[in-house]
Amino acid sequence: MENTPNTLPRQSWTFSNDTNSEIRRAADTGIYDIRGGGAKRRVPHFDDLLFLGASMSRYPLEGYREKCTTSVTLGTRFAKKPIELDIPITIAGMSFGSLSGPAKEALGRGATMAGTSTTTGDGGMTEEERGHSEKLVYQYLPSRYGMNPDDLRRADAIEVVVGQGAKPGGGGMLLGQKITERVAGMRCLPEGIDQRSACRHPDWTGPDDLEIKILELREITNWEKPIYVKIGGARPYYDTALAVKAGADVVVLDGMQGGTAATQDVFIEHVGQPTLACIRPAVQALQDLGMHREVQLVVSGGIRTGADVAKALALGADAVSIGTAALVALGDNDPKWEAEYQKLGSTTGAYDDWHEGRDPAGITTQDADLMARLDPTEAGRRLRNYLNVLTLECQTLARACGKSHVHNLEPEDLCALTMEAAAMAQVPLAGTNWYPGKPGF
Amino acid sequence: MSTTLDMAQLDLRAVNTSLQAAAKAQANDEFVIENPRGSHAMACGLDGAIRVTVNGSTGYYCAGMNQEAEITVTGSAGPGVAENMMSGIVTIEGDASQYAGATGHGGLLNIKGNASSRCGISMKGIDIVVHGNIGHMSAFMAQKGNLVVLGDAGDALGDSLYEACLFVRGEVKSLGADCIEKEMRPEHIELLTDLLARAGADAQPQEFKRYGSARRLYNFNIDHAGEY
Repeated sequence: MENTPNTLPRQSWTFSNDTNSEIRRAADTGIYDIRGGGAKRRVPHFDDLLFLGASMSRYPLEGYREKCTTSVTLGTRFAKKPIELDIPITIAGMSFGSLSGPAKEALGRGATMAGTSTTTGDGGMTEEERGHSEKLVYQYLPSRYGMNPDDLRRADAIEVVVGQGAKPGGGGMLLGQKITERVAGMRCLPEGIDQRSACRHPDWTGPDDLEIKILELREITNWEKPIYVKIGGARPYYDTALAVKAGADVVVLDGMQGGTAATQDVFIEHVGQPTLACIRPAVQALQDLGMHREVQLVVSGGIRTGADVAKALALGADAVSIGTAALVALGDNDPKWEAEYQKLGSTTGAYDDWHEGRDPAGITTQDADLMARLDPTEAGRRLRNYLNVLTLECQTLARACGKSHVHNLEPEDLCALTMEAAAMAQVPLAGTNWYPGKPGF
Repeated sequence: MSTTLDMAQLDLRAVNTSLQAAAKAQANDEFVIENPRGSHAMACGLDGAIRVTVNGSTGYYCAGMNQEAEITVTGSAGPGVAENMMSGIVTIEGDASQYAGATGHGGLLNIKGNASSRCGISMKGIDIVVHGNIGHMSAFMAQKGNLVVLGDAGDALGDSLYEACLFVRGEVKSLGADCIEKEMRPEHIELLTDLLARAGADAQPQEFKRYGSARRLYNFNIDHAGEY
């Protein structure tokens, strides 16, 4: 018997160590797991697309010599004062309360230096953010925490949030440990209690009502501000069409990799569609309505590189928006805090308990000592650098495809590495002229 | 001096532009709106002490986000009247539709008739007085301020209530999650006396019951999951 060879212990794919640890955690606590961030599962993404580059039939532009412009104007449909951005990359809405004041300041500094906009989030507008953001989008959320007409008027654009990619159909919860006197005051609630952010707006339901709500917002702000409508990646064709019908100047489309401050893990991982799957239906809706480029499309959810930016634009977006990547640029999940992540039961790159307010990097916290770790000037500079790199990378790819403006990128410049990506992006599988669902096949 | 703006002649933008300019100038002017024809977003975004009388009924979001202005609607108001009001006084002589005073931060919303469902939803400091009845789910997630109802309240009053105070003179069909009846102490009688006087309501504070939050849902507890 001693010499009988044993097979190696075999782990179950179905009951993996991750799965079993979650079962044990659930059995211990009786409550679902809440975390920040977006979907962590592998889903078809921009990595599954490639640019074809120039060839015999089209010629490239000279890097560093021939112009490839990146500017974008958002809000050209109805607003008297559209937003002019130098780059097609904006900073997504993230709340003060979820993020610290210095983190909001850093986002404003970085975005302004790069020539783009930042966005408020649930909890209202802070002076740090308004003061350091040349262009600031003011989110109009179901909770209406901190909502007031003075801030509405001093915003550069208004974003009506209908949904969020991490949790289409869901609200949010800011746990009591992050509700300091300042956060509580802005939200008109007592300190230290969990603050629920509602999943739908309190005074309108459906696109017909939204049209009237948008009318009201325009009347209050003299029709100056571009009105964005943000939707989660659920039913992108119809949601985009209905946002246009309701009068949106800009549609912000957030796929399931888009982050959140805090939501149930089961929600983040199991509701919504990958960003890649959302873009073409949204663009199709705009084209069907004759509104592509008239109503601008901003795509978010898992944008990390200039390649991601370029691919989103090639699929028809006018701009992209980044949230998680911006936080990483500021210093989130930095290896220098590894010892502290381990004390919190996590590790660099995996830390996602943003709702607990114990962020070693001092970004997703209201703890004074932790907040002090983030230098907003330095963090803003890092964000500026990162945005510049994204832009340069995007330009590099656009020039290689012979485009003098990044908006000239088109689906024809792309191929897909997988059947799934080909079907979602509606670009040919590499080496073929076919994608699943293509008419005529 | 009173200025008449006739919506048979002027569109909504022209009317609101006139009102907003006067409010901004702190001109303390008086306006009368004729033929409102149920227009939406009427007299919204006013930021100053002017007086506006709307002769007729309005659509959605009349007096939205009002600051300081005193607005009276002689007819009834559509959904979301005085939504997110910050200050001032809005009076509805008739009835109000859904979401009256939603998310309001301050000021007084005085509804002489009835209010439909979700009156005072997510209110954040506004005072609302309803001389008639209110519909279901009123004061849902109400955070701060006072809702006074001289008539009856529908189902699930004050569901998931935070720190708003609710005073009802008539019957309450049912209370929502975490909403309970509370003792009327002298300070509440005093508060209610003032609110009733400001609203010109013919009622005695002692006739009311007070409802507020049991505060059991303030911090998530799995043992309370069934109450949501």
